[in-house]
Amino acid sequence: MPKLDKGAADALVWALLLTAPFWLPHVGGYVELGSRVVIYALAAMALNFLLGYTGVLSFGHAAYFGLGAYGTALTIKLLYPSTPFGMLVGVAVATAAAAIIGPMIVRLRGVYFAMCTIAFGQVFYFIAFRWFSLTHGDDGVSAWHRMPINLGFTTVDILNDNKAFYYFVLAIFAVCAAAMAFLLRSPFGRTLLAIRENERRARFLGIPVDRHIWMSWVISCFFVSVAGSLYALLNDFVDPRALRWDQSGNFVIMAVLGGMRSFWGPLIGAAIFLVLQDYISSETENWMSFIGLFFVLVVLFFPRGVLGIIRRKAVS
Amino acid sequence: MAGYGIGSRRDLAAQMTQLVLFNVFNGLIIGAFYALMALGLSLILNLSGVINFAHGGFLAIGGYLAYTLIPYLGFWGALILSPFLVAGIGVLVERVLIRRLYGRDPLYSLLLTFGLAFMIEDGTRFIWGAQSLPFSIPTWLSKPLSYQFFFLTGYRVFMVALVGAAVAGLFLILNYTRLGIRIRAGTLDLETVSVLGVNVRVLRNLNFGLGIYLAGLAGVLASGMLGLQPTVGDNLIMPSFIAIIVGGLGSLPGTLLGGLLIGVASGVTSVFFPSASEAVIYVMMAAVLIVRPRGLLGEEGRF
Repeated sequence: MPKLDKGAADALVWALLLTAPFWLPHVGGYVELGSRVVIYALAAMALNFLLGYTGVLSFGHAAYFGLGAYGTALTIKLLYPSTPFGMLVGVAVATAAAAIIGPMIVRLRGVYFAMCTIAFGQVFYFIAFRWFSLTHGDDGVSAWHRMPINLGFTTVDILNDNKAFYYFVLAIFAVCAAAMAFLLRSPFGRTLLAIRENERRARFLGIPVDRHIWMSWVISCFFVSVAGSLYALLNDFVDPRALRWDQSGNFVIMAVLGGMRSFWGPLIGAAIFLVLQDYISSETENWMSFIGLFFVLVVLFFPRGVLGIIRRKAVS
Repeated sequence: MAGYGIGSRRDLAAQMTQLVLFNVFNGLIIGAFYALMALGLSLILNLSGVINFAHGGFLAIGGYLAYTLIPYLGFWGALILSPFLVAGIGVLVERVLIRRLYGRDPLYSLLLTFGLAFMIEDGTRFIWGAQSLPFSIPTWLSKPLSYQFFFLTGYRVFMVALVGAAVAGLFLILNYTRLGIRIRAGTLDLETVSVLGVNVRVLRNLNFGLGIYLAGLAGVLASGMLGLQPTVGDNLIMPSFIAIIVGGLGSLPGTLLGGLLIGVASGVTSVFFPSASEAVIYVMMAAVLIVRPRGLLGEEGRF
């Protein structure tokens, strides 16, 4: 296959994303699916900031995704009907939660870190499930919807216009992706890579490893909560499944499937996973088995992910 | 009138004591389940570095197999045979799937067992149906032992006794049999154990089976109390993780202690703040992580 250089790959990704609402219906998709892919891609890329670039295994990112979603939904429903305000509150709440939980877990490593993130993630699941008067438990937060965005000179009707909402999501995705790329290129990002490659050496160089992992954790949770907030807006609804542990597993499999060592990997993983899930769940009731089987097959046969395989082929 | 007042106060006190006792005992039972499950998870985690997400699934299989076997073998036969069958499935799964992932990033084994958990839940639903199934236990076990302490049904006492016996058996195996000693040695330093001529692959295989056996046993016992659903393991797996974290990674006595502790804590909390009975175990976990990140009985510097 022809070797793509970095600039060309970026251009290709953006071209595909920008034109998605126009070609998606022609290949059997629909615009909401496109929005969902972009939202999950943002979540998986945010997770990969921690997983692929810092080398820390979090299995509890659904909690912050869900907090962002609940924060946005409840703010719009109960406090003030404004989409940007709701997103701001949701993201702030989720990031604050991550910042508080961070110091308790950043000293842990490997499987222990993973276990604690799972367990802490479940706290928020139980809160959402149990606090019926606020969250309506298993029924979820409904009877609200995203509000058109007033830019002063014009109003963007993201409520009724699918394509407008897609581009709204894509614009936020673009800002977040650019911010993450910028962070990874900065000295801070390079330090994270150094920690991933050899934590002990990084420590000997005088890098405060725990603090860097905490920062990476909070940044990662911040971006995943932005995705969660958009997810609530997409569905005009949120229920506790948004923050259950299987959601965390989905983020991880997306990152792994696309390729953890590459910036765009999680985007590709999210696209493959969601299209597959969409197809399987419309074909059979036993979609859980197939998704489970999919996890097993990916782990056994594609541990480097799609981009990892392509890159290895390009090198050899 | 005064006597009446005192009497009613005494009644109230007696009722309260009974309520607290009931919940402590209830917590102990739940804690015993957590511990049984967490011990299995801990065994596998310590020797192989694998977090077995599918543990709850194996628990469900244990319950369902017992349900299927009861018409042929009766309760006792099912109780004995079912955990062994589940362990057999576990050994097979380890051999075919999990063995390939040793030595790789723990991420992969986590994802694999995650997928397995999905498949098992869906599989049990496919075979036995999604609706809750009744699980019959011998009638003489379901009678209360005393009318004063109405909560002491025979089955509950029997369950605690059986869990106790299983835990005692596990520690006897680990301390006095060659297999157990090798497992413990492997937990500390697998490489040396391998150099000394122990077949580590077989060791990990058997160890996995042992862990799954405990899950299967917990499954049979839990179905007698909670009934059978495909998701029966779901509610037990998170507390089992917390039992391990609270007790300390790498320490089996710690895991046992952690399980009982969180069980009793959530039992007692449910008397005073029913809605916080789940939250309290997470609070305990946070407290342990802040004060003593390696867990109550965990070794320093293991993780």
